[in-house]
Amino acid sequence: MAVLAMKKINICAMKKDRKAILEKLQAMGVVDIVTSVKETEDFKKMNTTSQHAKYDKRVSNTDAALEILQQYAPEKTSLFSSLEGKKEIDDDKLDELIADRGKYNLMVKNIQDLHKEIQNCKAGISKCEVSIDGLKPWLNMDIPINTTGTKTTDVIIGTMGPGLSETMIEQMIANRQPDITSYEVTVISSDKDQTCIFVICTKQSSSKLEDALRAEGFTRIPYFSKRTPKGKIEKYERDIKEYEDKIEEIKQKLVELANERDNIKLLSDYYRIRADKYEVLGELLQSKSTFVISGYILQRDEERVIEKLNSEFSLMVETEDVPDDETAPVKLENPKMFASAEGVLESFGLPGKGEMDPTGPMSLFYIFLFGLMLSDAAYGFIIFLACFIVLKKFPKMSEGLSKSIRLFMYCGISTLVWGVLFGGYFGDLITVVSRTFFHHEIVIKPLWFAPLDNPMKMLIFSLLFGLIHLYGGLALKGYMALKKKDIVGFISDVVSWFMLITGLVMMLMPTELFASIAQMSFNFSPALKTVSYVLAIAGALIIVVMSGRSHKNPALRFALGLYDIYNLTGWLSDLLSYSRLLALGLATGVIAQVVNQMGSMVGDGILGIIVFIIVFLVGHTFNLAINMLGAYVHTCRLQYVEFFGKFYEGGGTPFNPFKENTKYVDIKEEI
Amino acid sequence: MTMGTVLALTGAALAVILAGMGSAYGVGVAGQAASGVVSEDPSKFAKVLIMQLLPGTQGIYGLLVGFIALSKIGVLSGSPAELSTQTGLMILAACLPIAIVGLVSGRHQGKTAVSAIGIVVKKPDQFGKAMLFPAMVETYAILALLVSILAVNGVPV
Repeated sequence: MAVLAMKKINICAMKKDRKAILEKLQAMGVVDIVTSVKETEDFKKMNTTSQHAKYDKRVSNTDAALEILQQYAPEKTSLFSSLEGKKEIDDDKLDELIADRGKYNLMVKNIQDLHKEIQNCKAGISKCEVSIDGLKPWLNMDIPINTTGTKTTDVIIGTMGPGLSETMIEQMIANRQPDITSYEVTVISSDKDQTCIFVICTKQSSSKLEDALRAEGFTRIPYFSKRTPKGKIEKYERDIKEYEDKIEEIKQKLVELANERDNIKLLSDYYRIRADKYEVLGELLQSKSTFVISGYILQRDEERVIEKLNSEFSLMVETEDVPDDETAPVKLENPKMFASAEGVLESFGLPGKGEMDPTGPMSLFYIFLFGLMLSDAAYGFIIFLACFIVLKKFPKMSEGLSKSIRLFMYCGISTLVWGVLFGGYFGDLITVVSRTFFHHEIVIKPLWFAPLDNPMKMLIFSLLFGLIHLYGGLALKGYMALKKKDIVGFISDVVSWFMLITGLVMMLMPTELFASIAQMSFNFSPALKTVSYVLAIAGALIIVVMSGRSHKNPALRFALGLYDIYNLTGWLSDLLSYSRLLALGLATGVIAQVVNQMGSMVGDGILGIIVFIIVFLVGHTFNLAINMLGAYVHTCRLQYVEFFGKFYEGGGTPFNPFKENTKYVDIKEEI
Repeated sequence: MTMGTVLALTGAALAVILAGMGSAYGVGVAGQAASGVVSEDPSKFAKVLIMQLLPGTQGIYGLLVGFIALSKIGVLSGSPAELSTQTGLMILAACLPIAIVGLVSGRHQGKTAVSAIGIVVKKPDQFGKAMLFPAMVETYAILALLVSILAVNGVPV
C-alpha cells in the first residue's frame, strides 16, 4: 500500500533523432511527459497541427470503414465481448502492415465509396417508389402519357379537385364556355385527394377548354413518358430491381472486404499511435539542432530506461528527485486484494502531495461494510460466483474493470459471511418453502442473531462498527502526522480526540438512556468512571488549548479552540450516519421476505410451484440488483464522507505515461 | 374490524403511497435527464442508470415499513388483530416519518440526481463524487426509515 516513488527525467538529444526517440518512449510507455512548458528565445515548440490532423483524419476514416463493415458484415460478438479485452498482436505483424499501408488505405477508401454507392442506390429506389405511387391513379389509362392528340383533336390529361364526376365537369365547362360542345371527358380515377381526367377535344377549342378547366383547379399530369402509365410503372419496377441487384452485389464485395477487418483495425490503431506522437511532438521544446523532453518516471523504471536510451541513441539523459515546487503524478501499488479497491479511491481522488495511500485499510472496511449492508448468504454466494467466473473466463479484460470485479468478489464473500451470521438465505426462503411445500417448517438459526428480531441490538452494533471505522480514519491521520515527525500535531489533533470521544462514550455507557436503547447495562466501577471523566476533560482541554496553535493572539487561539470543540456535533452526525447499516441490512431481508411470501400465496401444488419459481426469480433478481446498488452507493459514501473526512483530501493527478493508446489491439513489443 | 385496525392499515398505506410518490417523481425526473444523455452518448448508459435509480430507494423503504406494519397487524396472515384505537393511532404515527420524509426526500434526491447526471456528462471520471450528492439526501430518508422501523416494531399489539 503505497504511492510509488517518482523521479523527474530530462532528456536532451539531437533533433534528427526526435521521432525515433519519441517512438521508443511511446513503445516503452513509462514516461509521463510534461507538456505545459513555456517557450524561450532559443527553444521553441514546433507546429505539428497539420500532421496531427492528418493522422486524426486517417483514424476517423478507418473507424468509419470499420463501422460500415460492421453494418454489412456484422462481427459476431457475444454479450460479454466487452470483457474479453484487446487482442494481442506481434509488432512484426505491425511492421508488415505499415509496409503495405498504401494498399489498406485504398481499401478503406474503397469501403467508404462502396457505402456511398449503396446510399445512392437506396435514394434511387425511394425516388422510383414515389413515382410509382404517383402513377398508380393513372393505371386505367391505356395510352402513352405524352399523347398530345391526333391530327384534328387535342388530348388534355391532368388532375382536378377530389370527388368530381364526368357530368359535374361537363357542367363546369358549360358554365364557363357554353359555346364549346365538341369534347369528351373521361374520369380515369377518383380518390380523396384528386380526380384524374382525360379530355379529348377539337384542336380549335383546346386552349379555351383548358383555360376553363384551369379556372376550376385543373393541372396537367406531372409525368412525361412515351409509355403508358402501366408501362412506366413496370419500367420503374425494373429500375428498382436493378438497384437492388446492385446493392446486393456491393454488399457481397463488402462482405469479402470484411475479411481484412483485423488488418484495418490494426491500421486504425497505428494511425492512432502516430497521431498521439505528433501531438506530443508539438509540445516539445526544440532548438536549431536539439530538443528537450522532460517528464516523470517511476523510480523502479529509472535505470532500465536510461540504459536503454543510452544504448540506442546518442543523447543526454538525467534523473533527479521531484523538486519541492512541483507535484508529481501519482501511481499506486498495492497487493492484489487491496488493489481491487483502487478504483473506489480513484473516483474520490488520488493521494495529494504528501498524503499516504489509504487503499489498504479502506479496502478492508469497504468489504466489511458492503457485506454488512447486503447480508444475505445466498446473494453473497451469487455475487462471488458470478465475479469469480467472469475473472477466470476473461483474464484479459481492462485493468480497472478487473479490479472492480475482484472487489465485488470479495464483497460477495463478506456478504456470504454476514448472511450466515444473521441467518439470511434469500431472506427466509428455506422456512417458507419447507412450510408451503413440505408442510414441515425448517428454520435455519442465525449464527449470531437476526437483526429483524432485535433491531436495537443491531443499531448499537452498527454504531460500534461506525466508531471503529471513524477511529481507523483518525488513526491514519495520526500515522501521517507521525510520519511527518509532527509530534505536536499528533498529540493535539489526534490523541486529544481519541481521549475526548472515548471518555464521552465511556461516560454514556453506564447511563439509563444507553441501557434502555441497547438493552444491556454496564456497571462501571468508580475508578473506571473517574478514568472516563479524566479522559474526556483532558482531551477537551488539549483541543481548546492546542487546536488554534497557528495563531499568535492568545484570545483568538482560545476562541478557535472552543470552536473546534464544536466538531463534536460532526462526530455525532458521522456516527449516526452508520445507522444506515441497520436500515439497508433490514431492507434486503424484509424485501426478500415479501418476495417469498408473495410467491407462496398460491399455496402447494403444481400451480403453486410454478408461481413460486416465477416470483422467486423476478423478485430476488430485483432485490439483489437494487440492494447491491444501495450497498455500493452507501459504502462509498461512508468511505468518502465519514472515513476520508477524518484524514484524507486527495487531489493527486494520475500517472499517465506517454504510451501506445490503442483501441482494438494490444501491440506486443520486445523492449 | 375495529377502528384501530383501520388506522393502522391507513398508516401502512400512507408509508407505501407517499414514499412511493416521492420516489416515482425522483426517478422520473432523473430518468428524463438520463434519457437525454443516452440519446447523445449511449456509452454512459450504465452510469446514468445508477444515478436514476438513486432516488428509487424511498419507495422501497416505504414498502418495507408498510410490510412490517401489515405483518404486525396480522393482515398478511389473514387474521387481522383487533386493535384498540390508541394502538392503531400509534402504528399510524410510527409510519408517518418514512411516509412524509420519503415523499420530500425522494423529490429532492431526484432533482439532485438530475444535477449529478450533469456532472457525469461533463466529467465522466468524477462519477464517484457525483454519486455522493444524491446519496447525501438519502441520509434523511434512512433516518426516518430507522425511526419508523423501530417505532412500528416497538408498538405493543
